[in-house]
This record gives sequence, C-alpha cells and structure tokens, in this order.
Amino acid sequence: MPEMTATTDLSSRYYVREHHPENGTLLGFWIYLMSDCLIFACLFATYAVLGRNFAGAPSGAELFDLPLVALNTAFLLLSSITYGFGMLSAYAKKQRAAIGWLVLTGLLGAAFLFLELYEFSHLIHEGYGPQRSGFLTAFFALVGTHGLHVTFGIVWLVTLLFQVGKHGLTPENIRRLSCLSMFWHFLDVVWIGVFTFVYLMGVLP
Amino acid sequence: MKYMKHCRGLLLLPLLLLAGCNTVVLNPSGDVARQQADLVIVATLLMLLIVVPVIILTLLFAYRYRKGNTQAKYNPDWDHSTKLELVIWGVPLLLIIVLGAITWISTHLLDPYRPLQRIDEKRTIAAGTQPMIVEVVALDWKWLFIYPEQGIATVNELVTPIDRPLKFKISASTVMNAFYIPSLAGMIYAMPGMETQLNAVMNKVGVYDGLSTNYSGAGFSGMRFKYHGVTQEDFDAYVAKTKAGGGALTRAAYLQLEKPSEREPVRRYADVDHDLYDAIVNRCVTPGSVCMSEQMHHDMQRVQIDAAAKAQQAKAGETNMAKLEAEVCVTPAEQAKGAAQPTISMKK
Amino acid sequence: MHEPIETSTSLLFGRLGWNAIPFHEPILIYTFVAVMLGGLAVVGAITKFKLWGTLWRDWVCSIDHKKIGIMYMILGLVMLLRGFADALMMRLQQSIAFGDSAGFLPPHHYDQIFTAHGVIMIFFVAMPLVTGFMNYVVPLQIGARDVAFPFLNNFSFWMTTMGAVLVMASLFVGEFARTGWLAYPPLSGILASPDVGVDYYIWSLQIAGVGTLLSGINLIVTIVKMRAPGMDLMKMPVFTWTALCTNILIVAAFPVLTAVLGMLGLDRLFHTNFFTNDLGGNAMMYVNLIWIWGHPEVYILVLPVFGIFSEVVSTFSSKRLFGYTSMVYATMVITILSYLVWLHHFFTMGSGASVNSFFGITTMIISIPTGAKIFNWLFTMYHGRIRYELPMMWTVAFMVTFVIGGMTGVMLAVPPADFVLHNSLFLIAHFHNVIIGGVLFGLFAGINYWWPKAFGYKLNVFWGKISFWCWVVGFYLAFMPLYVMGFMGVTRRMNHFEDPNLWIWQQIALVGALTVACGIGAMLMQFYVSVRDRKKNLDVTGDPWGGRTLEWSTSSPPPDYNFAFTPMVHDNDTWADMKKNGYQRPLRDFVAIHMPKNTGAGFIIAAISAVLGFAIIWHMWLLTGVAFVAMMAAIIIHTFNYKRDYYIPADEVTAVEEKRTKLLEAHA
Repeated sequence: MPEMTATTDLSSRYYVREHHPENGTLLGFWIYLMSDCLIFACLFATYAVLGRNFAGAPSGAELFDLPLVALNTAFLLLSSITYGFGMLSAYAKKQRAAIGWLVLTGLLGAAFLFLELYEFSHLIHEGYGPQRSGFLTAFFALVGTHGLHVTFGIVWLVTLLFQVGKHGLTPENIRRLSCLSMFWHFLDVVWIGVFTFVYLMGVLP
Repeated sequence: MKYMKHCRGLLLLPLLLLAGCNTVVLNPSGDVARQQADLVIVATLLMLLIVVPVIILTLLFAYRYRKGNTQAKYNPDWDHSTKLELVIWGVPLLLIIVLGAITWISTHLLDPYRPLQRIDEKRTIAAGTQPMIVEVVALDWKWLFIYPEQGIATVNELVTPIDRPLKFKISASTVMNAFYIPSLAGMIYAMPGMETQLNAVMNKVGVYDGLSTNYSGAGFSGMRFKYHGVTQEDFDAYVAKTKAGGGALTRAAYLQLEKPSEREPVRRYADVDHDLYDAIVNRCVTPGSVCMSEQMHHDMQRVQIDAAAKAQQAKAGETNMAKLEAEVCVTPAEQAKGAAQPTISMKK
Repeated sequence: MHEPIETSTSLLFGRLGWNAIPFHEPILIYTFVAVMLGGLAVVGAITKFKLWGTLWRDWVCSIDHKKIGIMYMILGLVMLLRGFADALMMRLQQSIAFGDSAGFLPPHHYDQIFTAHGVIMIFFVAMPLVTGFMNYVVPLQIGARDVAFPFLNNFSFWMTTMGAVLVMASLFVGEFARTGWLAYPPLSGILASPDVGVDYYIWSLQIAGVGTLLSGINLIVTIVKMRAPGMDLMKMPVFTWTALCTNILIVAAFPVLTAVLGMLGLDRLFHTNFFTNDLGGNAMMYVNLIWIWGHPEVYILVLPVFGIFSEVVSTFSSKRLFGYTSMVYATMVITILSYLVWLHHFFTMGSGASVNSFFGITTMIISIPTGAKIFNWLFTMYHGRIRYELPMMWTVAFMVTFVIGGMTGVMLAVPPADFVLHNSLFLIAHFHNVIIGGVLFGLFAGINYWWPKAFGYKLNVFWGKISFWCWVVGFYLAFMPLYVMGFMGVTRRMNHFEDPNLWIWQQIALVGALTVACGIGAMLMQFYVSVRDRKKNLDVTGDPWGGRTLEWSTSSPPPDYNFAFTPMVHDNDTWADMKKNGYQRPLRDFVAIHMPKNTGAGFIIAAISAVLGFAIIWHMWLLTGVAFVAMMAAIIIHTFNYKRDYYIPADEVTAVEEKRTKLLEAHA
C-alpha cells in the first residue's frame, strides 16, 4: 500500500513515499526451471526421433536392468520426500532437523548417482557407450544430462549446508532452500518421465 | 488457367527493363517451374494489394500531417476506432484466407513427390504412363546422375527427353546439398542416408543450368552442371553413344569418384552397377559395410525375437506357476485313488 | 570425405600450435596490426587519464541497468564495424570474381567470412543492441530503480561480451566456422569440419546464450514484479509490452539453442551420433531444432523495435498511440504464432504437402497482426502534428521498407514458390530487407531518441541526416539487385560466378554497400561531433522531445536511483498524463534509498568461462579442468557474499535533487 504524505501537495497523487517491490527470486527461479524443462524436452524429442536407431547394437529392452533402475528411482523419490521434510523443518525454524534432512537428501541423491554411474560404466564396458548408435547417444544424453543436474544439485546442497550452518535460517537462506527445493522436485519429475518413456516403454515390445 | 498467362504478361511489363538478364525463375521452360512462377506472381499481386496502399498512405500522412501544415486537422486524443480496427484486422485476414486456400491447393498439386498429372497446360499425361527415372547423387563437389532404365551414368551432365515425365530420386554422399534446375522445377534437398524425390517435366529443347543451392563446403561454388533437354530421338542417340563410349561405374570406381574434388569435367559411363544407387543411399558401397536398410530390418527382427522370447519366458513362468498350484491342488481323495499324475487344472 | 586431421595434442596446449596463427593471410595480419595499434592507443589513453580505477569500479563492476545498457550498446556498435567489414569483403569478392578471376578471397577464407558475418550480426550486433535498449529503458518506464536481479544483469552482459571475444579471437588464433551461420551437420560435424572453426562457433554461442537466457528471466521478473503502483499491465508503455513478450520468447527459445549446440558439441568432441550419417544419427533433427530456436530469435530482434516505433510515432506525432489494446494483443499473437512457423525455413527438405501447407499458412497468419501494427502507426500519424526529428525520419523509412520485406516474406511462405526461391539471393534480400529496414532502422531511431536521456544532450542532426540518407539509399542500392538476381536463379554463399549477366547487378550492390559504409562513417562522425559539442547542447529538462512515458520524468542522465520517490500511475502515457494534470516535482522530505552494490564477480566468472571455452576448443584438457574448477569455485564463493546492497543516505538524495531543482530553475 503506498504511504501517502500528510500534505495535500498535488505531487502526492503522483508519488509514493516508500516503495519496496516484491522479491522476485522464486518467480525468477521458476522461469529458469521452465527453461531447463525445455532443454529436457529437446532431449526427449531427440530420444523419440533416434530411439529406434540401434545400428546393430542392442535395444533398450536388451540392455536395461529394470530392477536396478527401480532401486535408483526409489532413491530419488525418497530423496524428494526427505527434502520435503527438510523444508518443513526449515519453515518451523528447526535448523538442526533441517540440516539433517538435507544431509539425508544428499546421501540419497549420491546413491542415485552412484547406481547410475555403475549402470553407465557397465554399458560402456560392454561396448555400448554413447558412440555406438543413435539410440545409445540419445539415451546417454537424456539420462546423463539428468544425472549432471543431480550432481550440480548435490554441490548446491552441500554449499547451502555450509551457508545455513553459518548464517542460520534467515529469509535469504529460506529463499535459497526453496529454490533448491524446486530444483530437486523438478529433477524428480523429469526422472519419472525418463523412467516411463525410456526404461519402461523401452522394455515393452 | 488462361488468365494466368495474361497476368504474367502484364507483370512482365516492368520486367522488360530486365530483358537483358535471364530471369529464369519467372520464365522457366518446365511445366512445374512454370506453375511455381505463376504462384510467385499471384502471391506478389495479392500482397501488392496491401503493400501499395500502405506505402502511399504512409507517404501521404507523413507529408500531410507534418507540423508545418497547420491546416491539417490535429486530434491529439483520438486513439481508437472500432470500425477502423475491423478493417485493419479484417482485410489482411481476407487476403490471407485467399492466399491460404491457394497455398493449400498448390502445395498439394506441386508436391515434388506427387506423380505428374500433365505435360503442360494443354496436355495431360496418359493413364499408366511411367516416368523416366533418374537417380541423382550429390557428391563433394559434383553431381552424379544414374539412369537405371538405360544402364548408364554421367557426372556433371544431365540429359533427358522433353515432354516426358521425369522422376528424380535424390541422395547425397556426405553432407546436405540441394538439387536445383531453375528452368525445370523447384529445388529439393539431397541428404546422405536418405532419398528425396522430384517429379518434373521439361517442355522445351535447350541447355539449362543446374546447381546445388545448399552450401556444402569449399567446392560449393563450382558445383554446377548443364542440363540438356532434347528430343526423344536425340536422347536415344545420346544413350547409344554413351554406351559405346566405355567406362564402367563399378563400386570401386564410385569410391574413387566420391573423393573430394572441384569443378569436375563431364564424365560418362557406359555401364553402372545396377544396385549402386541403393548401396549409396544405404551407405554400404564400401565392401564389407552393412546396408542401413538391412541393418534396420535385422534390428527390428532381433528386437521382436527378443521380446517374444521374454514374453514366452514370462508365459512359461506362468505355466510353471499354475503347475505348482495345481500340484498343490491334488486332493487326498485322488491321491488315495492312486492317480499316477496329479490332475492339472490351469487357472487360466 | 575428409580424414580427421591428426595434429599433435599435448596436455597443456591441446591442438594449439604456432600453425594456428594465420601468418600466411595478409588481410588478417594487417587487421591484427591495426587492432593492436588501436588497442594500445585505447589502453594508453586510459592509463594517461588515470581511468583504470573508474573503469573497473564504475563500469565493469556496475550492476546499474543504465550503465549495463550503455555497455551493451557499445558492444553492439563495435561489433557492427566487424560484421560490416565482413559484408564489404563479401560484396567486393562477389563483384570481381567472374569467369577466370577467382577474386581476392579463396573459398577457405570467404566461407569463414559469410559465416562470421551472419553470426556476428545476429548474436553480437542485433541482440546486444536490442538487449541494451530493454535494459536501459524498461526499468525507467515502469518506475523501478533497477532490474529484478542486478548482479545477473551484469553477469549476462559479460557473458555476451565473452562470446564476442571468442569470435574475435578466432580471427587471429585458428579460424572460424565455414558452415553458414547456423552450421548444419553433417557439414559442421567432426568428419567434414575437423578444425576448430565450428568449435569456436559452438562455444561462443553457448556462452553468449547463457547471458541472453538469464537476461530474459531478469526482465520478465522485473516487469511482472517491479512496476510502479497503479501500473496495471494494460497501463504499461508499449515498449515495455514488447520487451515482456520478447523476453518470454527468449526464455522459451534459447534453451533449444543450448540443447542443440550441446548435441553438436558432443558429436564433435565425443563422437556421439546425434547428427551423423552412419550409426543412426539424423541431421534433419538438427535443422528442426535449430529453427525452432531460429524463428523466435528473429521475433526477439524485431518485437522490441516495434516497441521503439510505437513510442517514437506517438511522441513525435504529439498524439496518443492509436489502438493501444490492439497493439498489445497483436504483440501477444505474434509471440505465440512465432512458435508455429519454424518449418518455413526448410520447405525444401521434403516434408510432404500437408506439413508444408500447415506451416506456410501459419506463416501467412503472422503477417496479420504485424500488418495491424503498421496500420496502427499509420493512424497515430493521422491527425497528428508530426515533427521530423531523426527518430521519426527513421520510422517513416522503416514503414516503407519493412512492408516490402514483409511482402517478400509472404511470397516465400507459399511452399511451391519457396521451392524456386529458397536459399537464393531473393531470400538474402528478403531477410536483410526486414532486418535492416526493420531492426536496424528501429535501433537507429531508438539511439537518436534515447541518447539525450542517457547522456544529457541530443545527437548532432546534420551528420544524423547524412547517415540516414546514406543508409536508406545504400540499403536499396545494395539489396534490390539481389531480388533481381534471385529471379535469375542465383543462389547464396557463392564466392565465384560464371554468368556475366550478373556483373552489373553485383556492381550496383557494391555501390550500395559502399554507400552504407558512408552511412556508418557518418554515424560515427555524428557521435564524435555530438560528444565534442555536448556542453553547448545540454538538455536540462530531461524531456527534450515532449515525451509521454516515465523515463522522461527523470533528469538526463537519471540519477543512480532513477526516482527519488516511486511514481504512482493513473493512466497510460503516464508522463503525458502527469504533465497534463499539473504534477509537481517533489522538493523535500527525501528518504534513504535501498540500492544493490557493484561487484566484480560477474566479470570474473564470465572471463573464466571464456578461458574454459577456449580450452575446450583447443582440446587443452588440463586448462579445461582447471578453468572448470575455477569457475565453480568463483560461483560458489560469490554465493557466500550476503552483503549485496546498501542505502543511499537521504542527505545524498536531497543534494542530488536540489542540484536538479536549481538547474531547472535556471533554465526556466
């Protein structure tokens, strides 16, 4: 609400004394996230186009280890839940609980990455790396980009742990935690897309 | 359409100024290109209906409402008129509806993949007529033409009979090019590992320019050829002469030809491997390489077999499960009867 | 097929060696010497006048949208000289390379020039100039003190600049791409282009692209969250509307460029199969993706310029803009439709008649709201009182020139017509027609319009008029012959011709290019004379044109904080409304103002990313690792900076405002 001066000065119709524009960080981060979503959309589209170009190499059905991927998925989905609890603690100003949940989130994320790297190295070791065929290129690009995002998310998470430890749950830090929260859940949603379109539909005939 | 000819004539009036230069795009010799030229002119005329009044009004208003002209009306707060908005949005909309309809129809009629319906505006094609096939390969930086029905091949020279429907099957060896003979028909990309098609017909005897219209590297500017539209007799004579001239485009010869070179002189081959073009499109000219079509076929088969095997395994698993359950279902009464085999009742 | 060139690679220097320096190209050596001499002169002058401190503190580290806007303009204008030099060389080559003469540029060099010309003009001239305007003007127009994310704004600028630095570096170290400005594979793949050129292309655009994307996010949040009280969306100035739509386009298009260039980079670096011929790649995928970015990109260039014209026409006709609502809806329709037309750039790729017709028709539909805008400007002039200051002259030239370009665009939108005109000189003439006649004329109108706001004095009119006439006449001379040659069946990117009939048209085009060169020279002269005579032409009012929007309510140049008190908005054309209703400028009771702090972090992170790009281009893997770690470290360290703002004390605000009060009284 504009605070008008007490005078009947005509200029007060055209000026407000103090104006603090709303903070735009969350909106800005959301828009960034949508642009990131578009990058993933391009990767999904590329996967759709190249996804049957096996070039003599195995298809997804012949390569994917679904139980492993299910475990992976469980880790990632769990990590989203733990982050959620972390945010609830943060809103309740329970700093140690928040940090605890975040650490758990990071560990689950790291477990996800470890399994994914294991899957990748296994494929590459067998000679089915991204250079082998169009399908494998698209697969590694899509899943790998997601993994890269998770990696950056973990780096960000560790950084934030230090910053919350140093400054506490200030409004600025809550904002940063909220941004990472959006990022983390977004990666979860993208993974559900990957899991469905790449792994499940790849294995179905 | 007859009036098209008149329209074209009228528009060509200012083009008389350009009489010295060969505006081949507007004056082509092939029927398809001619129809496309007519479209260019129709689109121009329709757009001029808007563009000319806009330019005139711009200059008129710019002059009339200049500050110095105090006689002109000055209405600083007039900023809206529903009637005017309706015209501003409505007239262009009507024009675009007309042009859109023309676009839909002409794009379908002039689709390069569509077999020709007519030789020119006066003659249609007899039913059951097969077009003459020419296979085109864009190399670095020259054009290879294979005539599968005649069994000959040429480099940087294309010869076809006039008034005969032609079907070009086009591919490339390494990078994207585009196959274009302005006097004959529109252009179409030539892409490696893929085949595009162009249906066209030449109506006039002559020598025409052909070129690539998609930049493909250092030798691009020299990637031109001459296209000779000749009578059927002259074409037959040309084929005979080429066959007598010797030279064979074997796979080995093609692999040599494929190497980068610029401004190649015309070359003719009396013989060409009958499956060379297919091998080029499927990227298996080199001995020992797998053809793409074959590869894709094998991959599909292998995937299906693998899926079927997995399905069978799963089904076998079900059978086993049912067996287990059935075994569990042997009643003591049956056992007492001394049945050798338990009765297996499948759940499904 | 080219065999990949086996060059020696070391961990430290990658494939960089002395053979990367083009000692054998005299043109480049002379250019390098000239650039070195010029650079030394600039460095010497800065040292002599002891300006390094000011340069770093007040400009490089500045997060002030006004300073950043000015820096974008400088970047764009400097790169215009480079891009135009490329154009002149192309015109010269095409005017002499007939028959036996091979011209003075062998294909290896010529092909880099036309690629660089396109890349530079779009990414490092038009984009920075357009971004510069949006940066400078939008916060002022909405009554804000800065953009939503001032640090990101600074960072965006330096990322764009570093992209330009990489392109310029390719002149002297290695070479640039020889693929055309969109670098289609397989030509841009590792097999056909094993050299560093395409890698320079990829990394300069990736770095600049990050800057642009962040700038897009920044301006959207600024416009959504920081408008002055009372300024509903439908009370925003039209330039701000077009800026909003432009930045939505940026956010929705640039990620596609990032993705597709990333894929091309992976193909080249790690031999993946996105766009290869064998092993299952699909080059057509690249063409689709790059144009899904490419078409919105040209609307990103033209929409802000449409906004500039709206402001200029209404200001200089001393009249409200006709059809404000219609203009806003037209802008929104153009924004949405620009995503439905991309295939018209490759009708000839063989997509089939139904697909081609769909995209042809959507392309035509876009001409309807565009036409509506032109009519609205026309009817703003109608019953107006038009003053032919330079911005208005550029506007009238635009209105005539742009409709011709639009017409040829609709012609190209009919697929069978496109089959005979695609990639021809007709196409070249069309897009230069709309980009020069539209974007560039609009940018010049904007420069002449807002220069007095940024610097406090108008640009010299005499030299401005010379520049104007040289550009307009030069443009028609340079490009009308290209329409003719398009009808003669001439294709683009040729470095040599056989047909002597083309000779006369090429000569006319060359004369046109030389005329444009005079126009550029006159513009530089205009800047010089204006700066030299600035004290004589000081504008004290802050409103030399009788402006209608809020930026004209501030002093020229505005104070750091823009507005001592945030304005309260009641109507469209807010400043015109305030003037009409006898507002009074507040004279006392100023308060402390919350402002963001300058920082060097943006420059540092951007500079490291340029090093990273250079290292990847030359396969200098050790440096790549080091630079990547350094970049991550710099970013993380920056996030530990929690003290990013300060308060301008009320006394200081009072002092600044009183100074202005005195100036205004003395003038009155």
